[in-house]
Amino acid sequence: MKKNSLISIWKNIFRIRYVEEKIAKEYYKGEMRCPTHLSIGQEAVPSVLDQFIQKTDLAVSGHRAHAHYLAKGGDLKKMLCEIFGKENGCAKGRGGSMHLIDRSVGFAGSTAIVANSIPIGVGIALAKKLKKKKDIVIIYFGDGAIEEGAFYESINFAILKKLPVFFICENNFYSVYTPLKYRQPKDRKIHKMVKGLGCPVFSTDGNDPFKIYEKISAAVKKIRSGKGPIFGEFYTYRHREHCGPNFDDNLNYRPKNDLKYWLEKDPLISLEKKIKKKKMIFLNMKNEKQKIINEVNEAFKFARKSKYPSYKITTRDIYAKKN
Amino acid sequence: MQKKTKLITMSNAINEALHFSMKKDKNLLCFGLGTTDPKGIFSTTINLEKKFGKDRVFDVPASENALTGISVGLSLEKIRSVVSHQRLDFFLLAMDQLVNNAAKWYFTFSQPVPITIRLIIGRGWGQGPTHSQNLHSWFAHIPGLKVVIPSNPRDAKDLLISSIFDPNPVIFIEHRWLHEMEGNINKKTEIKKLDNLGKCKIIEKGNKLTIVASSYLVHEARIALRYLKKFKIDCELIDLRVIKPLDWKTIEKSVKKTGNLLVLDTGSDTLSFASEIISSISIRLFQYLKNPPVKLTMPDIPEPASYGLTKGFYIRPKNIAEKIIKILNIKDGNILKLIQKEPNPHDIPGSWFKGPF
Ligand SMILES: Cc1ncc(C[n+]2csc(CCOP(=O)(O)OP(=O)(O)O)c2C)c(N)n1
Ligand SMILES: [Mg+2]
Repeated sequence: MKKNSLISIWKNIFRIRYVEEKIAKEYYKGEMRCPTHLSIGQEAVPSVLDQFIQKTDLAVSGHRAHAHYLAKGGDLKKMLCEIFGKENGCAKGRGGSMHLIDRSVGFAGSTAIVANSIPIGVGIALAKKLKKKKDIVIIYFGDGAIEEGAFYESINFAILKKLPVFFICENNFYSVYTPLKYRQPKDRKIHKMVKGLGCPVFSTDGNDPFKIYEKISAAVKKIRSGKGPIFGEFYTYRHREHCGPNFDDNLNYRPKNDLKYWLEKDPLISLEKKIKKKKMIFLNMKNEKQKIINEVNEAFKFARKSKYPSYKITTRDIYAKKN
Repeated sequence: MQKKTKLITMSNAINEALHFSMKKDKNLLCFGLGTTDPKGIFSTTINLEKKFGKDRVFDVPASENALTGISVGLSLEKIRSVVSHQRLDFFLLAMDQLVNNAAKWYFTFSQPVPITIRLIIGRGWGQGPTHSQNLHSWFAHIPGLKVVIPSNPRDAKDLLISSIFDPNPVIFIEHRWLHEMEGNINKKTEIKKLDNLGKCKIIEKGNKLTIVASSYLVHEARIALRYLKKFKIDCELIDLRVIKPLDWKTIEKSVKKTGNLLVLDTGSDTLSFASEIISSISIRLFQYLKNPPVKLTMPDIPEPASYGLTKGFYIRPKNIAEKIIKILNIKDGNILKLIQKEPNPHDIPGSWFKGPF
């Protein structure tokens, strides 16, 4: 990995973490009034992917989309305004935390129903192919989405039509409180099953930027070459409750050992350790952090200052007038 | 003498109904996302697994369509199930199995399909367009389905039990804002036939106007009526409870008496259940109506997430009282001066609600 890439990956991870921690810290104030699924612990995959994609490559995601949106370059202020329900939110305050969009950077939308945006991504990919574009489409989803019919129907179509789709499954082993073993056969690996569908697959540690880098670099190249979709399974872990700002491991739904293992593999802390160990003192980390902190604090201020939409919603708001 | 009733929340009443039914029917299953997790679907499924075991009470993969079909298959082998969904919106993935199988099996093959599907409707706290849809009229539109919408703990318990033991697919709709609402239920529990129990209920008696409501709106209407009573405006309030099959008799009797009709609906306006009531009543009782019937429904607009956009969005006691006064052509402009405005904050059911969904 090049030095510049490493710096930029670290910055991405730190920035997403800082945003999410601040949301968590301030959620209790009751200004961010919507179901909010934080990405803390799961920042690495989108942060690395950012190295290999351009604005013309489009991404879609689900309920846990903050990291995907931010790493793709989505406007932070607009995201916060959306979570605060303000008029300059990226979805004009109509969607909340689960409905993010920033077309200007190729973040094509996140939606709130499990597996619901997977076919949308495949449709976008079909359009890219029909238009003979070299762009690829990234579809983010969790281990729970694998259980919905829409996943199979969509990936089958993507394989059939050799569409330029990067299916990214962030397997954090849980769907809300329910562990994978209550939902999917114990000895079956998701990526191996998908291989059986006829899609090239890989799996890797989703908290280790170096491993992710290697896998993604090859995958994106291949998808771009027009050979069809690839499915990547990334093992990772969410630190806080499924939905909301708190820790909930007092409920004992996750084995203590797993929790310890994954907290030690915190993508931010372990990357910073590695950077230090490798004596890659390539930047004034403290300064860089401060810059990000200032930017994020500024964005929060902006969201707080912004106005609620004050107009009355009418049917004018639900039908398009022109293409 | 010991009291025959007790005060209890709606989620506890539902929990009691499930415990009772699982005990009565040793084959009954209870499953759905979150059924056995620590939160137990807003406390409604708490302790079921402990009491009845993993074979009968279990969490499931996120596969709403298949699981609906699976509950149909089970029913063909005489195993009933209650399948729960934390939002109605998630159940939209299951329309094929619901509409093409569950609702049609008895018609085509003469085999009953006793399944109960619990759907929870969200509102406020940024639920937004896909966590808040009130689609009861969709289900009522499908021949072969029964549709139950309780507004209080007693009905929730009694009607859920009746739904479970009914030999047909029943859609049982719970408004999230009612889960913590308290009410009296009978201590004694029994199984009554849904078709007998599922009649409309007159909540308030009155002579000037008939108000038809269901679910959360029954409570908003009661607040409006309590207020208007001070001005000697007495209306009759009917809680629908079961919208399919609908007990037309109670509504017709009331409208014949009052000659005025206001229908409230948590669903959006076009083709709402309110529209159905008004059209049927107008056709059947045209000569009895003193004024054109009125409906107060949600607009034909998805629920937005923003706090700013949901301000004034919902139907409140004041909106109901305004309609009543207009229908009855009451000119006194001061009447509405003191009626409760939308509470602040307006997007939560009470201080018990701490988010996030
Ligand atoms: C169709 C549907 N069913 C259920 C839900 C409720 N729900 C929201 S997120 C979620 C968990 C999904 O787990 P996973 O896909 O692994 O994503 P994670 O939350 O772990 O990131 C569930 C069940 C939903 N939104 N949509
Ligand atoms: Mg998961």
